[in-house]
Amino acid sequence: MSGSAYASSLELASGVVLVCAVVTLWRRSLSAIVKALAVQGVALGVVALILGVGKHDGVLIAVACLVIAAKGVVIPVLLGRVVAGDPASREAAPIVNVPASLVGAGALTFLAYGATGSVVALIPTTAGRLIPLGFATMLIGYFAMAVRRKAVSQIVGLLLVDNGIALVAFLATAGVPLLVELGASLDVLLAVVVLRVLAAQMWSKFGVLDLDEMRELHD
Amino acid sequence: MLAIVVLAVPFAAGIASAVLPWRREIGWLCTATIGVVLVCGIGLAARVVHGPPITAFGGALRVDALSAFMVIVIGAIGLLATWQSVRYLSLEIAAGRSSRRHASLYSALVQGFVTAMLLAVLAGNVGVMWVAVEATTIITTFLVGYRQTRGSLEASWKYIAICSVGIAMAFLGTVLVYLAALHVGHHLHANLDWTSLMAVSHHLDPGVMRLAFALLVLGYGTKVGLAPMHSWLPDAHSQAPAPVSALMSGVLLTVAFYALLRFKAIADGALGVAFPRALLVAAGLLSLVVAASLLLTQRDYKRMLAYHSVEHMGLLALGAAAGTPLAIAAVLLHILGHGLAKGVLFLTSGEILHAEGTTEIAQIKALLARRPALGGIFGFGLVALLGLPPFSLFVSELNMVRAETQVGLGWAAAISLGCMAVIFGAVMSHGRHMLFGSGPDGERVHKTPGIVTVPLIGGLVGCAALGVVAWPLDSLLRAAAQVVAL
Repeated sequence: MSGSAYASSLELASGVVLVCAVVTLWRRSLSAIVKALAVQGVALGVVALILGVGKHDGVLIAVACLVIAAKGVVIPVLLGRVVAGDPASREAAPIVNVPASLVGAGALTFLAYGATGSVVALIPTTAGRLIPLGFATMLIGYFAMAVRRKAVSQIVGLLLVDNGIALVAFLATAGVPLLVELGASLDVLLAVVVLRVLAAQMWSKFGVLDLDEMRELHD
Repeated sequence: MLAIVVLAVPFAAGIASAVLPWRREIGWLCTATIGVVLVCGIGLAARVVHGPPITAFGGALRVDALSAFMVIVIGAIGLLATWQSVRYLSLEIAAGRSSRRHASLYSALVQGFVTAMLLAVLAGNVGVMWVAVEATTIITTFLVGYRQTRGSLEASWKYIAICSVGIAMAFLGTVLVYLAALHVGHHLHANLDWTSLMAVSHHLDPGVMRLAFALLVLGYGTKVGLAPMHSWLPDAHSQAPAPVSALMSGVLLTVAFYALLRFKAIADGALGVAFPRALLVAAGLLSLVVAASLLLTQRDYKRMLAYHSVEHMGLLALGAAAGTPLAIAAVLLHILGHGLAKGVLFLTSGEILHAEGTTEIAQIKALLARRPALGGIFGFGLVALLGLPPFSLFVSELNMVRAETQVGLGWAAAISLGCMAVIFGAVMSHGRHMLFGSGPDGERVHKTPGIVTVPLIGGLVGCAALGVVAWPLDSLLRAAAQVVAL
């Protein structure tokens, strides 16, 4: 792969990761949000794939394929089933409305560039320059978890956080050692499965998928 | 070899209890395996206290004095909790709230939970340590939601959502530490082994490490239950079955704290003392203030115990901020003392809940007159937890304050003493309400079976013994403190 094609494809794929994060804030239909998440998972895998091909790193290419399978296919399908079971599958009343959320996403992206100056300074490569995109994705994920009240939206927020961190890990270090990478992905997958099981229990026992209706515990 | 036994034995018992339908004998077998862990932990400690660290699987497992100490903590409180689990499950099955199938799932999860904590403290690699800590989150979520009530589902949702977010931050922090290690010039084979990170800690890029350590404090701090990331803690600890609360409050919090101690040693090397100290002091003081203000108006005794844990984690953070060998030794003694006292109290509160059917402080009166054994244990447990002599928490709190004063954190120590005084008053008044007074006329005195009281009294006696004679633990504490102290 030639130098400029490598750089621009890496930029494109990393950019798609951030754009998908913003799309999840913009759309209110849960099925559209889950689709954006699937695209993001694939884009994340493509970033790893480009880095792996660029560095002739077989392990990284294998990790990339796993990421595409897990985050592009398996997790979105799991989430899609929850959404399909919920007739009112819209984020009806987020605490912060959509335009304000989008402004928030912009502010968080600025913040991400500000916070990662020291990290970017350490890695003078194309990959290094893109690290703030991962941080921005992560921050948007936190934001989504804080302002969205549907069970599924919160799972999506968690996955945004995780994808953002994975993007930083790939760009900064070409992935942490394989054992840790596999352990981390497996843990996230399990956490999502657990959340899905909990959501299913809430739904079947109490007919609730909205966390505002779960207000038993307080001081 | 011992290190492998420590992991394999409870795990094997977990598999066995997952496949077999639950019976009392299987419950006792699980308890016995945790006893084996405790004995092996003491054996490991005896070997590493004056010798070099033990490694297994090419460095994947590494036992130094600090790890061995944590194995002892997990073993001791695990023994109490699994002992009481047998009774808890028998009662749940007898009351028809749980099936044998469900009980064997509980048993397997508790064994897996303990194994994951052991892996976290034995891992030689900070990445593997992270995976183990995250695994504890996933396993305990099911245990928090075990009763399947609306409240316990809400608590487990909150628990896994907040802790997954926290632990994700800790992962990013770990990645950044790895990035800094990759860029230490001469070091070609960078890895996430704790020893190699310590070896290069003075050469790690300070800018990256500052960001990394802040993320690690936020991330692992969420699992420790430090304010402002503590909001999952009172819900999860009050909704979980009592033996699980005992394990979570007594050891899980401090296992996450152990991770912070390890990373603080690396950050001290890279950044100097000031930055890590400032972060830990801020988190510690905030936790103390939050705990004090919420304990004043607490109406539920399980939540009261949970907020009490937030207070103690704040004290540990302050002690770690001081960071001298004296401070760290006191922090470690406090980890063990708090674990024992809090474990005993949560287990006792489970018995009280079973007997009285409520967790409201206002509904419970005259425990000492009506249930002398339970009331007495609860009372002494509160005394231990509030840091009165002869219990070891008195000694460790005193030494932490001394160490903080020595390094110029006297003002923080003064604030912490003020918060502790408020908490002392609040808990005393709640405790007095529950314990004293006379029961309704004609009500007979309830006896508590010896199988319940023996381990609880044992835990309290252990906690008191540690406060009176430091031997044989003091050389281990000193050796363990050397591993991470300034």
